[in-house]
Amino acid sequence: MDNILSIVTFVPAIAALILAVFLRGEDAAAQRNAKWGALFATTVTFLVSIGIYTGFDPANTGFQFVEEAEWFMGLKYKMGVDGISVLFVLLTTFIMPLTILASWNVETRVKEYMIAFLLLETLMLGVFMALDLILFYLFFEAGLIPMFLIIGIWGGKERIYASFKFFLYTFLGSVLMLVAMVAMYVDAGTTDIEALMSHQFASQSFSVLGIYVVGGMQTLMFLAFFASFAVKMPMWPVHTWLPDAHVQAPTAGSVVLAAILLKMGGYGFLRFSLPMFPVGAEVLTPLVLWMSAIAIVYTSLVAMVQEDMKKLIAYSSVAHMGFVTMGIFAANQQGVDGAIFQMISHGFISAALFLCVGVIYDRMHTRDIDAYGGLVNRMPAYALVFMLFTMANVGLPGTSGFVGEFLTLMGIFQVNTWVAAVATSGVIFSAGYALWLYRRVVFGDLIKESLKSITDMSSRERAVFTPLIVMTILLGVYPSLVTDIIGPSTAALISNYDTALAAAEAATQVAETH
Amino acid sequence: MIQADLTVILPEIVLAVYAMMALLGAVYTTKDGMAPLLVWTTSGLMAVLAIWIATGGHGTNVAFNGMFVDDGFSRFSKVAILLSAAAVLVMSQDYMNRRGLLRFEYPLLVALAAVGMMMMVSAGDLMALYMGLELQSLALYVVAALRRDSVKSTEAGLKYFVLGALSSGLLLYGASLVYGFSGTTLFSGIVQTAKHGELSVGMLFGLIFLISGLAFKVSAVPFHMWTPDVYEGSPTPITAFFATAPKVAAMALFARLMHDAFGAAVKDWQQVIVLLSVLSMFLGAIAAIGQRDIKRLMAFSSIAHMGYALIGLAAGTELGVKSMLMYLAIYVTMNVGTFAFILMMERDGQPVTDIEALRQYGRREPGKALAVLILMFSLAGVPPMLGFFAKYGVWQAGVQADLTGLVIASAVASVIGAFYYLRIVFYMYFGEETEEALDTHSSPILWAALMGSAALMLVGVVYQFGIEGAAAAAAATLVN
Repeated sequence: MDNILSIVTFVPAIAALILAVFLRGEDAAAQRNAKWGALFATTVTFLVSIGIYTGFDPANTGFQFVEEAEWFMGLKYKMGVDGISVLFVLLTTFIMPLTILASWNVETRVKEYMIAFLLLETLMLGVFMALDLILFYLFFEAGLIPMFLIIGIWGGKERIYASFKFFLYTFLGSVLMLVAMVAMYVDAGTTDIEALMSHQFASQSFSVLGIYVVGGMQTLMFLAFFASFAVKMPMWPVHTWLPDAHVQAPTAGSVVLAAILLKMGGYGFLRFSLPMFPVGAEVLTPLVLWMSAIAIVYTSLVAMVQEDMKKLIAYSSVAHMGFVTMGIFAANQQGVDGAIFQMISHGFISAALFLCVGVIYDRMHTRDIDAYGGLVNRMPAYALVFMLFTMANVGLPGTSGFVGEFLTLMGIFQVNTWVAAVATSGVIFSAGYALWLYRRVVFGDLIKESLKSITDMSSRERAVFTPLIVMTILLGVYPSLVTDIIGPSTAALISNYDTALAAAEAATQVAETH
Repeated sequence: MIQADLTVILPEIVLAVYAMMALLGAVYTTKDGMAPLLVWTTSGLMAVLAIWIATGGHGTNVAFNGMFVDDGFSRFSKVAILLSAAAVLVMSQDYMNRRGLLRFEYPLLVALAAVGMMMMVSAGDLMALYMGLELQSLALYVVAALRRDSVKSTEAGLKYFVLGALSSGLLLYGASLVYGFSGTTLFSGIVQTAKHGELSVGMLFGLIFLISGLAFKVSAVPFHMWTPDVYEGSPTPITAFFATAPKVAAMALFARLMHDAFGAAVKDWQQVIVLLSVLSMFLGAIAAIGQRDIKRLMAFSSIAHMGYALIGLAAGTELGVKSMLMYLAIYVTMNVGTFAFILMMERDGQPVTDIEALRQYGRREPGKALAVLILMFSLAGVPPMLGFFAKYGVWQAGVQADLTGLVIASAVASVIGAFYYLRIVFYMYFGEETEEALDTHSSPILWAALMGSAALMLVGVVYQFGIEGAAAAAAATLVN
């Protein structure tokens, strides 16, 4: 199959189109059809995407399964995956059926709900596969539309505020990136990502508006991309949209947001910022590293005082993404490997944690931590699952959370010991908020009247968690599953990055001596 | 000799003669009784002329010693003008008819305005420019005040007329200065004078006055004041017309004057247009936030969109003109669809313009609401809709012409502007339930226009019907 990537990308969109055109009515049968249709489509997508995994050759550090066609306005429709992106594609196709399964209880506008999620899947997959700047931007940005609707239509009480904040915040970040993309096209004459990676953007320092810019054009472009990815990531201090969006989004929306949408920022850093603007990246590395360290400590502390479970997990996501940015900008093998590993593992763990909240929210319709307590008495299976993922979130050895944190910390230790020291304290804080949350919700006596009749997980809910449990433990005990695939590509990325930096430095020295 | 000249302006002659004959015919027969028929024949004729111009013309033909130019650029603009005018005319029939506004003069005034616009985009001389502009404007003043018994409509007509006269005065003053300092009104002559180094102070003055006059016609800030009032006061189909064809014509004329007459002095007019562009984008984005009336909202939206299109002109390059033409074509398509929807907004047969009336529209009319959603995101410039590629095009031209600051400003403005488009989506999908629902019936023509325009926003991403090539060819003939 030459065009397996396009097939994987557009199967959900085609399913959405079929649902939109052929499914009529709001009755129970139509709702059931919408749910099964969406589940079927996402499962098929996952099964087909396994073909990408089996056919992928990790030793080849270039792009594989490449598809190319002329588009318009000098653009190209070009798709492909390499070691960095292939696992994100699989993560997306893996999580989506679970998301659909987790939203089985949705009752309002089921058809539209499923269509929104299917379209979102297409757009998310496109982001990880696009090899044309503007095609990437198209997928990256279009994903805002279904997410805006998901939060706005099926969200909680403050959904309007959250959806607008989500949209406008990320939109502002992205348009600046688009300006930089246009500038890249004008400079390099192509929007092909593969070609741009080998293009040297000017890095002579110059003054703009009276400010001396070290690294020149590369630094400015890096900042423009940074504006977008940092918001998407999200990094402190532009993370404030995330808690609002998470709290107001329906459970499945939170799952997708945490598991996949946040990874686009990290992916963007690896695909664009490091390889295309090495000088700019180097100039701003200290800033990014300290922002990450602050994010880890600050958001962990903020998480401790949250009364709302989703908000707590949202802040913990920001902290974990801090490890990711730290690892990426350590710019060494362990750091980048760890960052990717952390993103994949966080995809499973945060998805599971939001689903855990969803399980009890579906029963009690509150996310207030104080409304719970002693759940272990009536929900032993739930208590076990929740404990496993709490531990994984803390980074207990044996779970995938440990590998990512350890690798990124090891990477950063070689680069900046102070940042590493500050960030490591985040591990302790995360144990603090996560264990405290667990104690308050699950342990203690079951004294609340409303909880006396709560039921344990249904078989559907168990089915949703099983794959996530398997993946979390599997990656925890056998991380090579991931590192073997990403290793060669990250090694190539880092060696290119170092070469480009050395070349730029040599050029500067030559310029200075003359 | 004269025969060759007449051949070049044959489409204009056909439309003008048709309008006059039909006027006589209607006066001597059933008057308003003929109006529905005239709407169809006028728009049919316009569509035929559009196809004729699109397929028939090639090369550059000059008539009347260079006063009238028929080239790829003018043909592209004429096709856009005629098609959008025809579409709006057809869309308006039902609305005008039910309110007793369907007089026989209406389609013919639109036809005459179209002749004026065709004249404008083909102008090769300041006199021809003014003639076309006034023919267009006078017809538009009248249609703005078509609803004689409505204070708002007559006010709109009067406001438009007074301010329009002022802008014509500015334009004429500029033209006279340019004539005085260059000794000719022909663009090809002016460009020769401009070529000799710097523009003289007198020429510069004339240029600024010409730009001011044209900025009024494209409703660029700070010459935009008439736009919201005229949009709000005129009957909705007329507003739809104002928002489409005349905007294309005025922008095209703007581009022609700048490139044909002052093409040698890009630096002199570039800075002025950059300023117009920035102000328009920001005012359009910010002032619309407070609007509850969808027609006023669209007025500010069109001001902002003209600001984006002006980026293409400000670039002063072939790519800039190409991207501006594509922007206009996409803009017109979006607006035809949006106004088709606004025409459908009725409660108990009365037009409603308050956007709060759209609450929960998505639940009652899922198909139409989805189309509006697509159009709104397209107007906001969110991919994957075509509206995004329009912006991408002008930004590309802007960056290439070293106007990065302008492009960054427009990026910020587009985020601010996104808010009010989102708010319409918000009312349709997230709003509270209301008792007073909008009527669900609608004419099939409006439905087709709305759905067609929304579909084009998506289909256009995959297939563009050769617009890009045509725009590139048009730009190549203008900038050389």
